[in-house]
Amino acid sequence: MTRRDPLHARAVVGPRGSMTVPGMGGASRILLPVLGVLVSVFLWWLATVVFSIENFLLPGPQDVLQAYLGQQDYLLEQAWVTLLETIEGFVISIVVGIPIALLIVSSQVLERMIYPLLLAVNAIPKIALAPLLVVWLDFGMTSKVVMVFLVCFFPIVISTATGMKSTPAELVELMRSLNCTRTQEFAKLRLQYAMPQIFTGLKVAVSLAVIGAVIGEFVGAKAGLGFVIVQSGASVDTALAFAAIGLLAVMSIGLFYLLVALERWLLPWAREER
Amino acid sequence: MIEVSGLGHTFRTQTGTTQALRGVNLSVHPGEFVTLIGRSGCGKSTLLRAIAGLVTPTEGRITVGGKPVTGPRRDVSVMFQQSALLPWRSVLANVLLPVEILGLERARYNVRARRLLNLVGLDGFEDRLPKELSGGMKQRVALCRSLVQDPAVLLMDEPFSALDALTRTEMSGLVQRIQMELDTTILFVTHSIEEAVLLSDRVAVLGPRPATVTEVVTVDLPRPRSLGHGSHTVDVARISSRLHDLLDPEWVGR
Repeated sequence: MTRRDPLHARAVVGPRGSMTVPGMGGASRILLPVLGVLVSVFLWWLATVVFSIENFLLPGPQDVLQAYLGQQDYLLEQAWVTLLETIEGFVISIVVGIPIALLIVSSQVLERMIYPLLLAVNAIPKIALAPLLVVWLDFGMTSKVVMVFLVCFFPIVISTATGMKSTPAELVELMRSLNCTRTQEFAKLRLQYAMPQIFTGLKVAVSLAVIGAVIGEFVGAKAGLGFVIVQSGASVDTALAFAAIGLLAVMSIGLFYLLVALERWLLPWAREER
Repeated sequence: MIEVSGLGHTFRTQTGTTQALRGVNLSVHPGEFVTLIGRSGCGKSTLLRAIAGLVTPTEGRITVGGKPVTGPRRDVSVMFQQSALLPWRSVLANVLLPVEILGLERARYNVRARRLLNLVGLDGFEDRLPKELSGGMKQRVALCRSLVQDPAVLLMDEPFSALDALTRTEMSGLVQRIQMELDTTILFVTHSIEEAVLLSDRVAVLGPRPATVTEVVTVDLPRPRSLGHGSHTVDVARISSRLHDLLDPEWVGR
């Protein structure tokens, strides 16, 4: 069976083999994307040479690599700061978000009290809060962690609540016929049933998390990749900014696929169904 | 074992009230296999769910084993139309779900669960996930799950209606065998006359809404029964035709 692309986990899989080149088999799944990257890097380089674009406008791939290697230790140190902010904010939003989703699903009174409030708060563009967070929490990591929390929290709450609510009636009825307690209904049924949806929410949230951290750093920070980008913008060191952006992309992709791997490992039952 | 007297149930919806059941009397003896038969939507499922304690009836009394039904109980188990297996649990873990929920001794029931799986021909499938099973196999797992806590009464709500014809026949044979072996009292809901004749000691016919038991037909045929084979096909045809008449009384006059 062909494995599904995790980015399009629910997409319809086309006829088998429609995406592969005849005769290349499984290797094409790794080879073709790598080839795609190589070709685009080559075109990028070609563009900078053919149109002789100024280095501060668009540095070539070799300049970016040089900038990275020249300040590798510094860049990795800054990346570590951003990574910590991202993970801390992400974990806090899981720890806070899932219990809130449980409350919403378990009680109609609480749902009516909390849900409109959540939606209202969610409607605020979180980016607009970034300057205020710096005012309240200073230039340190805390203001970025809170920013990450704010952007991650809603997708996690919504996906968890929706997942638990969509538990099929016959499963709930079965549990009721066994005279289960409310705790059992949630622990043994609803939460488990919601897991694939929770992971969908987590995957959305983790991509937002990196964005949140960087925005926090843009507004006011003393460290982090966002800080590096702002600084290199000021000193017109575009190559360094590109190196920082590249690291951010790697971080974002890495975190995403970490979740994909975790999902595959924890939820073998949810894979390739229907 | 099961005593239902003067049972009535009225559903309240936003558009008004619907009386589903009125003055239902029924008694099922220990070890007996009784089928409730009636047209779709006649209220037979409601009756079964009331006995299961999943629906609180608006009138009348139900007792199981002498004790009034006030809610779901350990000695009464239900098997539904859908297999309702938890997709993340293996076959064995699904069968053991009631043991976990009811807080029974795990080690002892583990043995029983494996024996039941063996009885329905699923040995070797203990560690499979539901998604790897066919519809008939899923229903067999559900059957094991509904028997694992050793209930005095098993209530079956159209358990085979989602299966194809051949699998249904196979499942009917299986239920006969299980009942002969375990001696559980079974109340079975169906709209299939074939199933009723094949499985039951007695068939209670429910009339149209608001439903009540219009007639109880005794099926005194030797077991194991079969629709196609054996020497009693004439008796099967006789009882089937009587049930047809009862379910569609207007046809008789034509």
